Amino acid sequence: MLLPKEPSMTVLARGSAVSSATGGRLSPKWLKALAAAPLSAKLGLFIVIFYVGLALLAPWISPYGEAEIVGPQFSAWSSEFLLGTDNLGRDMLTRLIFGARNTVGIAFAATLLAFAVGGTLGIFSAVAGGWPDHLLSRTVDVLMAIPQLIFSMFLLTIFGMSIPVLIVVIALVDSTRVFRLARALAMNVTVMDYIDVARLRGESWLWIMRREILPNILSPLVAEFGLRFCFVFLMISALSFLGLGIQPPTADWGSMVRDNATLITYGDISPLLPAAAIAVLTIGINYVVDWFLDKSSGLREGQ
Amino acid sequence: MTKAGILLNVNGLRIEGESGGRWQEIVKGVSLRLDRGEVLGLIGESGAGKSTIGLAALGYARPGCRFSGGQVLFEGRDLLRMSESELRRLRGMRIAYVAQSAAAFFNPAHRLIDQFIEVLAVHGFSDRAAAAAKACNLYACLGLPDPARFGQRYPHQVSGGQLQRAMIAMAMAGDPDLIVFDEPTTALDVTTQVGVLAAVRSAVRGSETAALYITHDLAVVAQVADRIMVLRQGEMVEEAETQTLLRTPGQDYTRRLLTADPTIRRERAADGHLLEIDNLSASYGARRVLDGISIRVPKGRTMAIVGESGSGKSTLARVITGLLAPDTGTLRFDGAVLGRGTGQRASETLRRIQLIHQMPDTALNPRQKVSEILGRPLTLYNGVKGEAAAEQVARLLEQVELSPALGDRFPGELSGGQKQRVCIARAIAADPDLIICDEVTSGLDPLVAEGILDLLSDMQKQSGKTYLFITHDLKIVAAIADTVVVMKNGEVIEQDGRDAVLKSPRNDYTKRLIASVPQMDHGWLDTLTARSSADK
Repeated sequence: MLLPKEPSMTVLARGSAVSSATGGRLSPKWLKALAAAPLSAKLGLFIVIFYVGLALLAPWISPYGEAEIVGPQFSAWSSEFLLGTDNLGRDMLTRLIFGARNTVGIAFAATLLAFAVGGTLGIFSAVAGGWPDHLLSRTVDVLMAIPQLIFSMFLLTIFGMSIPVLIVVIALVDSTRVFRLARALAMNVTVMDYIDVARLRGESWLWIMRREILPNILSPLVAEFGLRFCFVFLMISALSFLGLGIQPPTADWGSMVRDNATLITYGDISPLLPAAAIAVLTIGINYVVDWFLDKSSGLREGQ
Repeated sequence: MTKAGILLNVNGLRIEGESGGRWQEIVKGVSLRLDRGEVLGLIGESGAGKSTIGLAALGYARPGCRFSGGQVLFEGRDLLRMSESELRRLRGMRIAYVAQSAAAFFNPAHRLIDQFIEVLAVHGFSDRAAAAAKACNLYACLGLPDPARFGQRYPHQVSGGQLQRAMIAMAMAGDPDLIVFDEPTTALDVTTQVGVLAAVRSAVRGSETAALYITHDLAVVAQVADRIMVLRQGEMVEEAETQTLLRTPGQDYTRRLLTADPTIRRERAADGHLLEIDNLSASYGARRVLDGISIRVPKGRTMAIVGESGSGKSTLARVITGLLAPDTGTLRFDGAVLGRGTGQRASETLRRIQLIHQMPDTALNPRQKVSEILGRPLTLYNGVKGEAAAEQVARLLEQVELSPALGDRFPGELSGGQKQRVCIARAIAADPDLIICDEVTSGLDPLVAEGILDLLSDMQKQSGKTYLFITHDLKIVAAIADTVVVMKNGEVIEQDGRDAVLKSPRNDYTKRLIASVPQMDHGWLDTLTARSSADK
């Protein structure tokens, strides 16, 4: 079906894969690299895979329904409710598992969008130079001058709260940071002679951006993706805590902390569980990103 | 402190380097001896291990390298067995190092004099005024202009040759017993090189300092060294007094190095011009780089453009290719007026003019395989894809004398010479009429460069392509050019047939340029400096 000789196909594969076109041949190499990864990276990978598994399998593994009221309010940890119930009598464990699905999914979508927009515009800015660069860079400067959280709250209040709006707003705010990074990285590449060669060949901007520049700046961008993902995650939780993020009765880690915060006064740590879930995922992702950075920057251990 | 005798004694030195997880020997049992006040030249191609040996004389192994055997005895003490703190006391004061690139050596944020004083301060010499006076002395001794105030400048405010001399001054700050010079003039123009060479020589002659002088240019080392050691792939080929080695080389390899100059072809007359440049001016921002250039490039021949760095020769290439739009003037290619920028030129016009860059490292995308790099022009201009493209890529690689198997590699997996051949293959993949070669051989070893030049002239014989050869190396000009253009400060100062320019130059600058090319003669530099001081 998909002939490997067909050039357009290999081009697509190469554009999307982190390594090079020959993904099939490299896979044992990746397995080997995984086996040789430091313990922290393995732990990080395990955490990430665990969360993704929870998110995907939420309806099947959680003991109750997401918004189902199953018992008295604020009941303690028991065999019936492993982590107790919340302020409305919903099962905490269930909502934690569903929270993974909602919060992680939205964070992933928002980060992806931020990188698509910010990355493309950043590379374009570096290649085009001149007034398009000025226009884009100054616009981004203006956007960055407004505090991130306040700006998102402002936009969410104007456009009303819904999941797509939430994703777009967070992506927009975050894409400014991605833009700066992508532009700076691409700037280092545009001065290379092979970009001149591509221009002399009469290549289009799209070709230069995608084939000459992108592969050369991909590894720092991917590393940044991991970090940005964490920030987006925290931002969603913060917005939810403030009541502007994911709306009830949808489970979300940020609002779960807010809703059950009173419990802390009674010495119950249940409200901290969602916060701990966020912290553990953040650490896991950072371990993976660190490992990836080490691999891609060519820095070997002990040097 | 006139102590005669052996200063440095290297016995059976072995150094291993790591590549791809395996340790390979890169220096295979080299022994050398250096007396006080003596200069030993280490010469060889890249990969010969000469820089590694030079660093070993400081008891240092680069990251990824390790000493695996032998001794480096400095005044009878083995540097390889010394502790880091003992070594640190020796380095900088007793043993100094002069690197190839002065620009990378200096901190751009500090004045030269402060960096000079710092070297002494680090080694516990704290009298600032005395240190400054010493700097002045050394600056004067190395022939730097206005030595009293020279140190007040920042590194970017002095020329490359002056910066190199400032670095030599720093190396001499502690009156070292040994200085290791690692290709100190390789990055410089011929005219600048003369000044630095003279400085190096006066530095070692005036004191009891011994030196290791590392270079790949035999003519350069002939000027400064008392003895020369030829290295190849980590082993010594031969060692002899400079005069003896130049007159009667004992080994075949040395003989090849001595005659690595390209064979000289006869100058050919041309019929018609491929490219006509009229009254061309161009600038970067407000700075005028090209001023009223008019050049006729003969069809099917090789024209050389010579001049020192900053003369505008590379800018001219950028304007001809359309990377930089000219301010005024016209370019006519094969009778038709060329568009100002690449955007205003048809794909067909772009195809007919190809540029080969000086640095193949930056001219090849490190994330594209050789087969993609060469296949792209084929696809873009002729629509050749798939199997047919793969076949043509293999043929192109054969044409530049590379194995077709290299198509599967990334540029990082090729040697410098191989990369440059890939660049040439990419240019001929477009089947152009005009190929502009911008210093294509300056980053290569002499034997490799010779191969590239032979390849280019063979291709011209077969296909009648026109070359515009930008270079500062007059030896290349003498070998391959039919016509020569001499540029200085963005202007053309001489333009004629090759023999006319080289044998009877009319312009003073051209004369100086020709005289500055090092000759394989021990006394060449003396004669030249004597003559120039007589002129003054």
